Amino acid sequence: MSIDRLSQTFAALADPTRRAILARLASGECTVGELAKPFAMSGPAVSKHLRVLERAGLVARGRDAQWRPCRLQAAPLKQVAEWALDYRQFWDASYQRLDAYLTHLMSEEKNDDSK
Amino acid sequence: MTTRSDAPAAATGHQTDYSMPNDRELVVARTFDAPRSLVWAAFTDPKHLPNWHTGPAGFTMPVCEIDLRPGGSWSYVWRNPQGREFGATGTYREVDPPKRMVQVTKSQSGEEQTNTTTFTEENGRTTVTVSMLFGSKQTRDQGMPYAKMGLEGSYASLDAYLASQV
Repeated sequence: MSIDRLSQTFAALADPTRRAILARLASGECTVGELAKPFAMSGPAVSKHLRVLERAGLVARGRDAQWRPCRLQAAPLKQVAEWALDYRQFWDASYQRLDAYLTHLMSEEKNDDSK
Repeated sequence: MTTRSDAPAAATGHQTDYSMPNDRELVVARTFDAPRSLVWAAFTDPKHLPNWHTGPAGFTMPVCEIDLRPGGSWSYVWRNPQGREFGATGTYREVDPPKRMVQVTKSQSGEEQTNTTTFTEENGRTTVTVSMLFGSKQTRDQGMPYAKMGLEGSYASLDAYLASQV
């Protein structure tokens, strides 16, 4: 996943209404009308949020022209979780290597002293 | 948010602490079983950094240039196992050996990022705290440049890599 795509996913997740929509869709697909109900929002307002989620690849719409049920697409969420590991991976790996490297430097110092 | 890494600590290793005290900051803290002067050198001497500051296994650091003085610049380039390179450059704002240094770098979007690194010693152990202050929450959450390197890298076993270095 490119960083631009990752940014798009973060931007889509930055809004609490959109996160609530995703939470609702996690329990199964539903129509725009069904999504709008708990949010006290108009259909068009919900549709606007859905378009952002669709562009971020987080939601897919069915082909049925009348109902077009919305479905959660979990792959980008998984990639966000993987990103969260990545900066840790960099530091964890570097610091584990530094432990060994410092030990190596200290043993070199000792050897120099004993010469 | 404060979490600890799941990486198994080596026999002499300590855990790395990650915290986000506010929207724009990421703080990484770690203790090493070595005196402060040596740890300072490992973080600031170009002959030392490429030996460890390389992230996931298989990455190398072909360029590490450091002009260690206030106003001096630094330039790092990492190379992933596929040969792709990722660079970072910046300047030192403060250099106070062996206690503290402040580095300023720019993200790809042109935002400034300030890294403040402090070294404290107790009973022969040194704790290094790197505080990264990003221009925005979004930039921090993108985790540049490490996220990009991690996403595009392929990970061989770290244990195998460390074993090959002994």
